[in-house]
Amino acid sequence: MPVISSIKREYLSKLAEHGKRADGRKFDEFRKISIETGVASRAEGSARVKIGNTQVIAGIKMDVGEPYSDSPDCGVLTTAAELIPMASPDFEAGPPRGDAIELARVVDRGVRESEVVELEKLCITAGEKVWIVFVDIHILDYDGNLFDAASLAALAALFTTKVPAKRFELGEDYPLPLRDPPVSCTFVKYNGVVVADPSLDEEEIAEARLTVATDKNEDIRAMQKGLSGSLTREEIKKVIKSSIDNGKEIRKILYKSIGK
Amino acid sequence: MKSKSDVKLIDGHGKRIDGRMPHDLRKIKIEAGILHRAEGSCYLEWGGNKVLAAVYGPREAVPKHTQNPLRAIVNARYNMAAFSVEDRKKPGPDRRSREISKVISEALEKVILTDQFPRASIDVNIEVLDAEAGTRCAGLTAAGVALADAGIPMKDIPVACAAGKIEGHVVLDLGKEEDNFGDADLPVAISPRTGEILLMQMDGHLTLKEFDEALDLAIKGCHAVSDIQKKAIMSKYESVLEVE
Repeated sequence: MPVISSIKREYLSKLAEHGKRADGRKFDEFRKISIETGVASRAEGSARVKIGNTQVIAGIKMDVGEPYSDSPDCGVLTTAAELIPMASPDFEAGPPRGDAIELARVVDRGVRESEVVELEKLCITAGEKVWIVFVDIHILDYDGNLFDAASLAALAALFTTKVPAKRFELGEDYPLPLRDPPVSCTFVKYNGVVVADPSLDEEEIAEARLTVATDKNEDIRAMQKGLSGSLTREEIKKVIKSSIDNGKEIRKILYKSIGK
Repeated sequence: MKSKSDVKLIDGHGKRIDGRMPHDLRKIKIEAGILHRAEGSCYLEWGGNKVLAAVYGPREAVPKHTQNPLRAIVNARYNMAAFSVEDRKKPGPDRRSREISKVISEALEKVILTDQFPRASIDVNIEVLDAEAGTRCAGLTAAGVALADAGIPMKDIPVACAAGKIEGHVVLDLGKEEDNFGDADLPVAISPRTGEILLMQMDGHLTLKEFDEALDLAIKGCHAVSDIQKKAIMSKYESVLEVE
């Protein structure tokens, strides 16, 4: 972790005491989100997501392979995230470190446990051949809140994915079978306040972080608490409520980007 | 799998498989300064290639034993996204990308005024988002723009372009099928101001005469791409001037 100047910490904390954030946002307000789909034409589906200055690209590749022995009639989904050195002076080349793995796993859970991808429809021959879906996430520009940017990029990419059946001589290409997506919202706590969609500066001084994914029925589909600080039950309740509210807006942006 | 003889790459009138004439480049689009965190950056589309380049530095070279007390080291890192090719590429460096990183680093080092920054490193990250023949030329060209955008002192903005041979004809800037089924590929990078050659690789089969013709053509291509590079940098700073 980089050394954070105490000046930055003090400045953001003072602002928070007056109910303010450095970029003028309200505590529960996201930065501007934009989604562009079809950004990599070799991929089966792809999307670039910007949340403020944070920029993430996700691409989907599909292959035919063997199913897991405990789910012989289901497709396989794997998610990988790369914190490439392009995105930040602090990211280094090499095998994924703890933070990249945590990011990939949180995104993976958001996508897998919510059962967005109808894996049971991706079986070709039970026990032998199924579709494998690779979600690869590249962080291009890091200005905080990779969790939400990466999840959203993964979703938008999945929603534009065509199963490449023709290439594998398995009939005509068809859209990847998907259910309604959950949307992930991340919050951090510093100096006693909890703010949505943390910028890099806010993330650097954060004591605790909480990511909540909610679906359109306002149910919770995945959670992850991070960092060494603690959260009170009240704060968690507030975060869930705000996730549902922000989630609705983000879902609208997602649907618009995929023309739904 | 298609074999070489199944594909007609060029017709009797010199028209190529994608409709270009022998001396035509694919369509190139360059944008400078598209990332917020990097000190300099560039997005480049070259035919079906999509490439990003980002520059960090000069900064202290780590680990320490890599430092050169007399000049900066240049670390280019060429990386292909897993989804940039037809069959998913396993993430991380392989032998091919390491080699490309090395020859690009060496090419860039020649034009950067490295002796101004002893013990420093200048890091150039090249990400291939979409690959369709000629990614090393696209990557090096994008790196040149990103370095200029980062304000790294250079003698010149390096630029690359390939020429090659298909069915006996020397042509500029091979496309995907031409690269797969053609006879030779000659990627070249130059310093356009002096004409010095910074990178050159060749695979296939060329006679001496064909080589001369191909090299002339590649250098001509480099100059054409160089003009697009300069326009991209100008247009970024023009818009900055307008705001002020």
